Amino acid sequence: MTQAGLYTLAASALAGIGVYGLIVRRHLLRRILALNLLGNAVFLLLVALARRHPGYVDPVPHAMVLTGIVVAVSATALALVLARRYYAETGLRHLPEDEG
Amino acid sequence: MAAGGALSLPLAFLLPLLTALVVFLLGARRAPWLPGIGALATVAAVADAVRHVAAHGPQAYHLGGWMPPLGVELYADGLAALMLAMTAAVGLAVTAYAGPYLHDGHHHQEAERFWPLWLVQWAALNGTFLAADLFNLYIMLELVTLTAVPLVAITGDRASLGAAMRYLLLALLASLAYLLGVALLYGGTGTLHLRQVGELVGAGGPAAVAAALITAGLLLKGAIFPLHTWLVPAHSNAPAPASAVLSALVVQAGVYLVLRLWLWTFPALLSPAVGWLLGGLGAASVLYGSLQALRQSRLKPVIAYSTVAQLGYPLLLLPLAAVPAAAAQAWQGAAYYIVAHGLAKAGAFLAAGNIRYSLGHDRLAGLRGIAPELSVSVLALGLAFVSLMGLPPTAGFLAKWQLLSGALGGGQWPWAAVIVLGGLLAAGYGLRVLAMALAAAPSDEPVRRPPQRLPRRMVAVPLLLALAVYLLGVSAVPALRLLEQGAPEALG
Amino acid sequence: MMAAAYGLLPLAALLTAVATAAIVFALGDARRRQRTFWNLFGAGTKLALVLLMAHGVLQGHTLEVAWPALPGATLRLVADPLALLFAVLSSLLWLITTVYAIAYLEGSGQRARFFGFFSLCVAATFGVALAGNPFTFFCFYELLTLATYPLVVHRGHSAALAAGRTYLGYTLGGGAALLAGTAALYVAVGEQPFTPGGMPAVAEWADRAPVAATAVLALLLGGVAVKAALFPLQGWLPAAMVAPAPVSALLHAVAVVKAGAFGVVRIIEDTYGYALAAELHVTPVLSALAAVTIVYGSVRALAQAELKRRLAFSTVSQVSFITLGVAAGSQLALIGGLAHLVHQGLMKITLFFCAGNYAETLGEHRIDALNGAGRRMPVTSAAFTVAALGMMGAPPLAGFISKWYLGIGALAQGQGWVIGVLVASTLLNAAYFLPILRRLWLLPATRDWPARAGRAEAHRGLLDPVLLTATAVLLAGLLAATPLSPLGWAARIVEQGYPGL
Repeated sequence: MTQAGLYTLAASALAGIGVYGLIVRRHLLRRILALNLLGNAVFLLLVALARRHPGYVDPVPHAMVLTGIVVAVSATALALVLARRYYAETGLRHLPEDEG
Repeated sequence: MAAGGALSLPLAFLLPLLTALVVFLLGARRAPWLPGIGALATVAAVADAVRHVAAHGPQAYHLGGWMPPLGVELYADGLAALMLAMTAAVGLAVTAYAGPYLHDGHHHQEAERFWPLWLVQWAALNGTFLAADLFNLYIMLELVTLTAVPLVAITGDRASLGAAMRYLLLALLASLAYLLGVALLYGGTGTLHLRQVGELVGAGGPAAVAAALITAGLLLKGAIFPLHTWLVPAHSNAPAPASAVLSALVVQAGVYLVLRLWLWTFPALLSPAVGWLLGGLGAASVLYGSLQALRQSRLKPVIAYSTVAQLGYPLLLLPLAAVPAAAAQAWQGAAYYIVAHGLAKAGAFLAAGNIRYSLGHDRLAGLRGIAPELSVSVLALGLAFVSLMGLPPTAGFLAKWQLLSGALGGGQWPWAAVIVLGGLLAAGYGLRVLAMALAAAPSDEPVRRPPQRLPRRMVAVPLLLALAVYLLGVSAVPALRLLEQGAPEALG
Repeated sequence: MMAAAYGLLPLAALLTAVATAAIVFALGDARRRQRTFWNLFGAGTKLALVLLMAHGVLQGHTLEVAWPALPGATLRLVADPLALLFAVLSSLLWLITTVYAIAYLEGSGQRARFFGFFSLCVAATFGVALAGNPFTFFCFYELLTLATYPLVVHRGHSAALAAGRTYLGYTLGGGAALLAGTAALYVAVGEQPFTPGGMPAVAEWADRAPVAATAVLALLLGGVAVKAALFPLQGWLPAAMVAPAPVSALLHAVAVVKAGAFGVVRIIEDTYGYALAAELHVTPVLSALAAVTIVYGSVRALAQAELKRRLAFSTVSQVSFITLGVAAGSQLALIGGLAHLVHQGLMKITLFFCAGNYAETLGEHRIDALNGAGRRMPVTSAAFTVAALGMMGAPPLAGFISKWYLGIGALAQGQGWVIGVLVASTLLNAAYFLPILRRLWLLPATRDWPARAGRAEAHRGLLDPVLLTATAVLLAGLLAATPLSPLGWAARIVEQGYPGL
């Protein structure tokens, strides 16, 4: 298996875990983490793409990943703040529609 | 391409962003006039951009002189110009409305938070319409989401925090689906530019997977059935100016991008089956959203479900785009639909905001015998609803006529039936609300608390938005001429 | 210069009504005197403009305004003689009804809303009259639906709201059919102006695709049949009687039902052309439906105990004479139908005004409570008698003239059965109007009505309009032979526009 193939496989596995966690888990913190995993899967795939031509590293995916990480950090920060406020207001760790 | 004209493209993005920064640093209470100045400057930049597109065709601008792929290209054709203009109109109205709404002494905290969020969102929306490559689109979409979610949560009560949390989780999932699709496309074509991807992408499996991921993400952001579940709690629990921009602009950006990408980037993949699938989802949105709107007992959820319904219409273009006899008219109809819906929906939400502001609730049953102080707001609501119903003499009617003519011209009866039926259902939910407002007060009603007095500007703004829909209903020709600039080749 | 000024008249008249609505809305409920001034000023100005337009048409000017609303769809207002027949009728009755409504609604709430939408209704009716192509016709036809709804539910109680729902269910459903039909017509033949005798492009299309052409014609007629209250789509009209008397008078005598009947004329005569509609086997169906409606409406009217409801079913019956005249297919019958468009308007508005006067002055809504009312309210009752006799077709009143032309027109086409319908209708009309007249004049009063306040039996604002319209019923019959009478104008329309019938 090529290196790129390995990365792609790992990315797919990570994405699978992320989607699974987001759908199945109810705890907000776990769901936020699941989203982060999914994000990392996409970044991993992009990094793998940068090496798809032998002997040449494409800088564009790297730039995308760097920007993507900044976006992901902001999104995660917002999600965490929101989850905390939500917990403070309601005392719940999951969304009301998901109960029972 | 005139450099002077193209310069207004980055300004349309940078001016609201800059205003947001300054408002954030100074504090909204210390500079209450600043958002208005920023809004006017943005409108001026957009007007200049629109003028140039209308006169000289599509405009492009490369930020800092850097060329793609690493540099950022801003690109405005007729469709983008139309969206910028609609956003500017709604943006100016919301900015004018939010001033008295937020600075009335009850909403201090909301005021401090609202202005930077809304202004960054305006910048991001303009960026979405101007972005020429898939990755910048991702950034802009994410920025729209990251400002939209706090706008939902701004009141900080239980319902709005829950709605915001759900919205955020789903919107981030959508963003990542989109980004994954973009990564696959880049892997296949080595480019991110919207049109270059379109030229290089084949009809093969990986491209189809990428298109599916991207479309699913955008449909979620555009609240298309069955991915609409988050919209109603989010839009009906936000304060009025936030509801207006969320429904009139934010979700419409998602639908706009579905059209943009399928007509410019993936036309090769737009087989009849795919067209029918996407059109079918649009039709399901139209019917489901309207039926749900008929069942609501509060005003804001009625308007929010009406958003779900209205967002479905532009998607009906996709099955029609491949039919030569239908494509041109359906395209004009779909684009005009977005414009008409944006203005009418902003007007409707702001008018509903007045009713809520004044009465302290928005229960339909409580609208009987509505106070004369609210008659202008009810009139604005009614005028906006007429456009949502697609009845003359409104922009919504002209859009519907074009879309319907396209469907009939192509012999596409099912889509024509959906358009006509959707109009009837919209009349049903719209007039259900208006009947309550026209009804006399029940005679056994206890004495009501006097409605809170509305600031003048809050009364005027929804009416002006609603009247704009009628102005655009007198003639669609100028807007459709603008739309011709850089129209997609996929339509023939 | 003169010609250009004439060309702008249609737009000016339309904007007069719209501006009146805007001013009245803006004035609000409190400023009664200003509102009254603007209402009368608007109605008067509009009537003057419309009469000026009629003068212009007689001088041979072309009165047309058009602008593109969409690529391939134009908003076009044209004052042809047929348009003016309807426009003059509606403008004149608008002015009279405004006087009546100001008096009738004195002291009730939400008057700014009422008069605002009232003006919008008239603007929409005017647009329907002057629409120069199917697209424009559809726009104003739908606007009329929307503007009338707040008037139907004006009283705001739950019965009014229920009636409003029925009204909208019928009219918006009809509007959807009309929309589909109009859009399909545009797709098939592109934009064509209304052309007396039919659009040539439609004839070509019907040659190529007779089935599609028939289906579209059915959709179009189905759309306008709702407002024309053609059986079995008449259910909204009696329900809408819940509205205040001036609304019943203007809407049901003039605006809404006439817009429907006028639509039938425009579609059969000016879109498809009578010959094509007959070739597609649509006119026999239309004749049959009109005949059924005439008899059905009269039979139902017999059974009504409430005066306004009896008048409503009478409207269902009488309006279909216009459709019958169109569908018969001879010049004389069409003249009769078009004259009836005006005559029925004058007669029915008189009857509704009178019903309003009885309700307002005596508080009576039921027919059996009107015993002896003729002595208490002689002027109103005399006007009622003139209009009722006109409806029955008694010579020399207006109704006689139109029925006479319808009858001989149908005979000329060999449709002798139409005479049967006319006779049946006259007998039924007599059966439901004569008992009312008997109660008014011959039976002794059974109730203690409040004594007259002064010399007048009712408020002047309620009485003068009734006198005016009743006089018009008389004059339209007596002066029918003059060129500017409704009949004379109808004859002019038919001779100029439809020589081929």
